[in-house]
Amino acid sequence: MTSALKPKHQRLVLILVAVAALIAAALLAAWALRNQASYFYVPSDMAANPPEAGQAVRLGGMVEAGSLKTLADGVTIEFVVGDGTARVPVIFSGIVPDLFVEGSGVVAEGSLRPDGTFKADNLLAKHDENYMPRELEDMSAAQKREAVAETQ
Amino acid sequence: MHGFANPARFLRIARWLTPALLVAGLALTAGSLAWGLFAAPAERLQGDTVRIVFIHVPSAWLGMGGWTAIAVASLVELVWRHPLAAIAARATAVPGAVFAAICLASGSIWGRPAWGTWWVWDGRLTSMLVLLFLYLGYIALAQASDREGASSRIVAIFGLVGAVNIPIIHFSVLWWNSLHQPPSLTTGGSAMAAEFLIPLAVATLGFSFIFGGVVLARMRAILADVQAEARLRRRALED
Repeated sequence: MTSALKPKHQRLVLILVAVAALIAAALLAAWALRNQASYFYVPSDMAANPPEAGQAVRLGGMVEAGSLKTLADGVTIEFVVGDGTARVPVIFSGIVPDLFVEGSGVVAEGSLRPDGTFKADNLLAKHDENYMPRELEDMSAAQKREAVAETQ
Repeated sequence: MHGFANPARFLRIARWLTPALLVAGLALTAGSLAWGLFAAPAERLQGDTVRIVFIHVPSAWLGMGGWTAIAVASLVELVWRHPLAAIAARATAVPGAVFAAICLASGSIWGRPAWGTWWVWDGRLTSMLVLLFLYLGYIALAQASDREGASSRIVAIFGLVGAVNIPIIHFSVLWWNSLHQPPSLTTGGSAMAAEFLIPLAVATLGFSFIFGGVVLARMRAILADVQAEARLRRRALED
């Protein structure tokens, strides 16, 4: 029965088994890396497992609307990074990227202070996957949805 | 199917298809890039830097598509032992590497204004850089194995094994937190307005035609090389 298998088909079966094993190995590796390969912690990770004070980490999330304040020295800013479940206050002094705005994504590099404030040494802006022309900004929410729906 | 894999028939088709693809690809690319750079609107948050998308995204897709083609050709080579499949895989490597490099360079130039950094070691950027290194390794291995007259099977196995990186690139932004945003175009629809999506689609078509034309031209060159070598060998035996 097995001898009826042509060499061509034998090779095909062998390679398909090898490829399946390879994909399984890659998936297992990706699964094992799921924490280490993440570029930043979200606020709820930080609330569940707070890193040691002073340890260099990255914190990523959304800049809470209305939380951005500039301190009296004019170069230091304070804002809150949230992910819907937890919130972390952040302090930073320096130049922020152009796309850093309230309600948008941010990745802060720095460390947690003993008082629970995140002291950022560097800010990176994280934009979302939506691409919208400027003119659409003046539309109502319903018009926007319609405009985007047309492209789908 | 096997009819198209006949080298003589392939050469007959490739002779007119190569210039046709290159001319159509250059025209579509020039038109769509002019559209994207001058006619498309500025993006609501990113402003004019969004125009890099028309080069960055087609290059990324072709960089990944190139390796997918190498993997399929390698499978055909290993299972059906078809020599044209081996030639197709080798011909795809250089344009694939070039597009992966364009993707990385344009992404870096885009990252500086959009994110505030030229480079970060997040999942997407790192896995794309790994793809470029895989291409370079593949090119070196294919050349070495051709020169040594060694079995080309090891090259095909490398082409097949390297393909595990393709889903990793795609899912890197979904599995892991990354600075790079998740895909805008999914089977669920587009998060990109039509003003950007249409020139992007035309640019992708144009880039793909150029890619196809270059692959066919390289395949013809490799076939001509093989033919010339066989002729020289015959003449050497006759003398």
